[in-house]
Parts: sequence; structure tokens; C-alpha cells
Amino acid sequence: MQKLIMIKYGELTTKKGNRDHFINSLLNNIHNKLNGLDYKIQKDRARMYITSNEIDKIIEILKNIFGVHGIVIAYKINTNNIDDIKASALDIIKEKTFNTFKVVTNRALKEYPMDSMEISRVVGGYILSQLKNISVDVHNPDETLHIDLRSEGCFIYTNEVKGIGGYPVGIQGKGLLMLSGGIDSPVAGYLAMKRGISIECIYFESPPHTSLEAKNKVISLARKLCQYTNKVKIHVVPFTKIQETIYKVNASSYMITIMRRMMYRIAVEVAKKNNLKVLINGESIGQVASQTLESMSVINDVTNMPVIRPVACLDKLEIIDIAKKIDTYDISILPFEDCCTIFLPKHPVIKPILEKCIDIENRFNFEELIEEAVNNIEVISVTEDIYSDYKELL
Amino acid sequence: MIYLDYSATTPIEDSVLETYINVSKNFIGNANSIHSLGIKSKELLNSSTNQIASLLNIKPTEIIYTSGATESNNLALKGIAFNYKNRGKHIISTPLEHSSVSETLKYLESIGYKISYVKVLDNGLIDIENLKSLITDETILVSIGYINSELGIRQNIEEISNILENYPKTFFHVDGTQAIGKINVDLNNIDLFSFSSHKIYGPKGIGCLIKKDKISLIPLMHGGKSESPFRSGTPSLPLIVSLAKALRLSLENINQKYEIVNNLNNKIKENLKKYNKIMINSNENCIPHILNISLSDIRPETFIHAMEEHEIYISTKSACSNPNVPSTTLKAMNKDDSVSTTSIRISISNKTTLEEIEKFNEIFDQVYNDLNSIKGE
Repeated sequence: MQKLIMIKYGELTTKKGNRDHFINSLLNNIHNKLNGLDYKIQKDRARMYITSNEIDKIIEILKNIFGVHGIVIAYKINTNNIDDIKASALDIIKEKTFNTFKVVTNRALKEYPMDSMEISRVVGGYILSQLKNISVDVHNPDETLHIDLRSEGCFIYTNEVKGIGGYPVGIQGKGLLMLSGGIDSPVAGYLAMKRGISIECIYFESPPHTSLEAKNKVISLARKLCQYTNKVKIHVVPFTKIQETIYKVNASSYMITIMRRMMYRIAVEVAKKNNLKVLINGESIGQVASQTLESMSVINDVTNMPVIRPVACLDKLEIIDIAKKIDTYDISILPFEDCCTIFLPKHPVIKPILEKCIDIENRFNFEELIEEAVNNIEVISVTEDIYSDYKELL
Repeated sequence: MIYLDYSATTPIEDSVLETYINVSKNFIGNANSIHSLGIKSKELLNSSTNQIASLLNIKPTEIIYTSGATESNNLALKGIAFNYKNRGKHIISTPLEHSSVSETLKYLESIGYKISYVKVLDNGLIDIENLKSLITDETILVSIGYINSELGIRQNIEEISNILENYPKTFFHVDGTQAIGKINVDLNNIDLFSFSSHKIYGPKGIGCLIKKDKISLIPLMHGGKSESPFRSGTPSLPLIVSLAKALRLSLENINQKYEIVNNLNNKIKENLKKYNKIMINSNENCIPHILNISLSDIRPETFIHAMEEHEIYISTKSACSNPNVPSTTLKAMNKDDSVSTTSIRISISNKTTLEEIEKFNEIFDQVYNDLNSIKGE
């Protein structure tokens, strides 16, 4: 018997035309994440099989790869002889503690002389005869023994670990995540990746009003998002001049609205330059003044590029739950000022009017400022672990 | 030169020294500063801490950087004693401990703590039944060295920790200075664990106290916000990074390295067989890195200096103990004075070569016979 990891794709198998693309992307993503480990991987249209001496380690990594729906430690026997299957099934299940069990057979090998019900019955009967104090319960068993008969051999396994689900990151192309340092935007990035979008990030910094710690916080958040992909690029936009100018032209209660419109304009420029198809952000309806429907509509008016707002309809507590799950919450709540909290007007407008925005924006040459900001973007590429940056020293 | 005093200290590994220099030159910021230089230093510091944590299978928050094992032992013993004094003032240890443990315990005794010492069996292992009988409701700490520095006796820490699991109010401190990098250590059931960098080919002046998160300590050093609330002071980044690297290197191929040392140790023992006056004190419970022998009627200092004339460096007892009194370790094992006052320690590394050991054996024979013949006249 050979111990191996079996990966189930779930949703992928339903997308017929694109199946190969899905599977190849997933395979590629798995290779990237397992880089440095000793393993062998085989794929077919329904499963992947990984053999390695580091099975536990690999399972931990697989749990964070989108597109993996189920992870199973399976035992492969190279024959389809029913007596061998019976003996191996007994060896596997006798290691478990249980009172009731059932056997489920999946016979992909249609030419096999017994049908799946018959195999289950024969193997189940054999287990019953060999172990004491157990019984069969087909509705609610303590253990389920799966037998998968395939042309390449027979796979036997018991429990399955749930994968993270979703689509392999990258199969839907790329998007630009507006990453602020707060709780919502990393969650938005996570959810976008879950649906197969590969992300780059954009961050607006206003030194010296915002500190390097704030920027560092965003870098740490981007690193956390690397749990689900390999590398994340951050476009750091120098935003000081634009913000100071908006302040000087007396935008007052429209300060944030105009600022957001400028951010959108810059984000669109960056997205177009880098072949990113959509903007993604952490806006949640009604959470703050700039996230009322009126504000969103006025701000969104600067572009017709699709803006994905994965957390738009989630409650704050629901967003926090996800932030905790993906380990970004503790970083997000670090108390460093970002550019959204400086120059905050006392009473930001809740129902901004488009004409008023245009009127304020006509008071300065924002196109020139935007061009300057875009030309001076710093691009930082991060990986999950800071450690890799310092590996030579350690 | 043939250096056989690795248990006293080890030479720094070249690549570790390179790291030390590189970090000293290129990471000048204080890891607690908020400017970019500080942040860069902080990142490197965190990476080092994470590496140590993952190598030892503990959490990063469980690492306290100290100036070395002496400070780690002081912090563990006094820190626990002061913090949990309302729970009890009884501490149990052994007569086999390094002076940084035994002297600290004497100090605690002088200010009102009760210290009990577990009996040691003739084979050097502690009497576990005796340990059990000593534990009371007042016992706040048991401190036992993993490997005794004089003979290399390896205590059965796993068994002891399993027993102490039944006493949730009693913490377990292990001085692992001579163990780390030589044998596989499992910190799972150990509450506090001391070690030092200079025993594992790292720089001198840094060590760690591993302290499980559930435990609190009264710090020895008070001061500002630092890497750990239990030890103030600007974190010494070059030392910390070097320690992380030295630890990684020392744990690589640890089992193969153990075998190398074991073979070399056997080569020396083989040669000593022919001398019926020489007692080999290190027994089957000892790690091969330390070979302690007694010369019976030759003064150890004389012998060591005679060897030194041939550029061979060995030691009496341990480097930190008083040379003029009998070995407490050998006394505890019920050895008579001719054994406990004439012991020398040869400590071997996996970097020691077979040629070095052969040369050592040759010079040993020569020096031993010379000194014996002078006595004969």
C-alpha cells in the first residue's frame, strides 16, 4: 500500500470547456506553494495525487490553496483484486476507533466485474467478520470507508479534510486591490482571490503625514494575502501633494469625496498600465460617509472600469470574522494613521452632489498632479514571509 | 593546536561571524525606532525570532534574549521565585548543576527560600522516586540540567517532565546549555529552558531563556519597551541574528554529528584502557561529547599544563567551577576523593578530526608516562 494525498477539485469539474485550464492553473499554483519540498504530483481529470515523505506539511499548505475542495490521505494498491482490496480496507479501518461504519465505492473503472454496491457489500461484510463490536450504519456512521476504483489502481481512504474551495488564483485574470491598512480591504482581497482573481495592490501614502509604520502595516497585510498566492505587488502612490492641494482649495466637507475620486482615477491609470481588468476595494455599504450609495455613485463616476466590492453587503462583524480567519485582523487594528484619517473634515458630506465635486476639482489642475503621482509610484513585491528577504543572513 | 575544550566554549563558525559583521554594518537602526532603519532592523529581528521558534517548535513570544545561559538561569530561578512566592517558597534542584544555578539557589536560600536537592544515583542519574517524595504543595519550581557539564550525564528529562505534568503548580526549568545542538531536545513539556550561543559555534554574549506563555516572571532588568517585557535593553541585533543562524547550523544533521563524536570518543577510551590507574568517569548515561576521566595520582592542573605545552587544550571539571575543591558532581555520585579531585574533562566536537584524536592519544601517552615516571623517581 502506498500512502498519498488525494486532492479533489469539486466545483472545477462542472466547468467543462475550461477544465484543463482550471486544472493546469491549480497544478501550477500547487507547485509554487510546494516549492522546496520533496514531492511528486500526478493529475487526472478528477483528482491530483501527491506522494511525499512530508505529507503532513503538504496538507497544511494545501489547506490554503484556492481550488482545492477536498484533501484526503489515501492508500493506493496497485491491483484491483477484490481480496487485496478487502485486506487493505481492513488494515486501514482497524486503525480507527469507531462503532459504526459504512463502505462507499466509486467505480470509475466501469469494466470491473462487480458493481459498486456489490463491492461495498463484500468489503463491508469482510470487515464485519474480522472486527469485534462494530456494526454497519449507512445513514450516520462514525467512519466511512471510501473505495475508489480507477484504471490506475484502487484508492482507499476514510476521512476527508475540507479544502478552502474557490477557484485557482489567476484563472480569472488580474485585479487591482485598493489596500488601505484597515480591516476591510484585506478581506476584500482574500474574497477576490477566492473567486480566482489574482491581485496586485495599490496603496496611497502621504508622508510625512502618514508614517512608515503605516506603510509597513500595508506591506505586512500584503504578506498575509500571499498565504493564498505566491507574490503580491504593491504600487505605492505618493499622495501627499494631491491631498494637500485638495485641502488648500477648500474642499472642506467634500475633502474625502474628492480624495476618493482622485484615488479611483490613479487606480484606474495603474490598472490600465499593468493590464489589470478590475478594481477591488473594501467598501461596505453605509459604513462611513464615503460609502453611502450616493457617495459611491459620485466617486465611481470617474471611471467605467468595473469595481468589485466583495464585502459591500457584509456586516462589520462578518468582515472581522474573515479578517481573523485570514490572520489580518491583528495587523489591521495597529494604530497608525493612514491617508484616509488625516485631513478628515468635521462633517464629511454624506450625500455629495456630482456637480459640486466637478466644481471643486476645477479649482486645480488635478490631471497634472495625477500624472506626477503615477510616474513616481514605488513598486514593492512581497512574499508571504519576511524571512525570505533575510534568508542569506540567517 | 588541538582544541578539546568545546564544552567550555566553541569557536565561532565563519559564516556566523560573517552574518555578525554584515548585520553590524548594514542594520544600524534600533529595532524599537519607528523610522525606516528601525523597521528594517525590527523585520530582521522578527525573522530571527521566528526562525528560532520554528527550529525549537515553540512560539516566538516564548523567546527571551539574554546575555547568556548564566543570565537565563538567573532569570528563570529568581523570576519564578519572586513572582510565585505567594504560592510557595520551595525549589527542588540537583547537586549536578552548573554554578549559575547552584549559586543562584544558595542566594535564594539566604533570603528565605527552601531548596531541596534530589539524590543522585551512583550512575549519575537523579533518583526519580526521591524527586517525587520531595515535591510538596509549596514547590514552585524544579530545576534540572539536561546534561551535566562535567561528566556529560544526560538526565531523563522526558520521564521527569512526564512526572511533573501531574503537578500543575510546579514549573519545570531545564538548563539545556550542554544539550542544545548536541542532542535532539523536545521542549513540549518543559516550562523554562536556558541555553547559550557560544556553546553552539555562535558568538559569546547572547543566550535565550525559553519561557512558556502561561508563565510570568519578575524581570531582572527593568527598563523600556524592548523585545520582551521580561528583559529590557536594546536588542543586540547582530548577536540575535548570529544566534539564529548558529542554532540552525547546529541542528542540521544532528544525528550524524552525534555519531561522529561518538566514534572519536571511543577512540580515546580505547587508548585509555591500557592504564589501570585511570578511571573513566563518563558512563553509558553520558553524551559522547564529554569524556571525564580521573588520573588518580596526578594533579589535573599539572597534566593540563603539560598537555598545553604540546598545544593540546583540555580542561579540569568545568571552566566555571572552582579548581581547588573536589568535583561536586563526582562527590554526588559517591566517588572517593582520589577520583573527585583528579578529574579532567576532554570535550569533543563533530569538527574534531580523527587525526586530531590520534595525535591527542599519542601525546597523552607521552605526557602521562612522563609524569608517572617523575613520580616513580
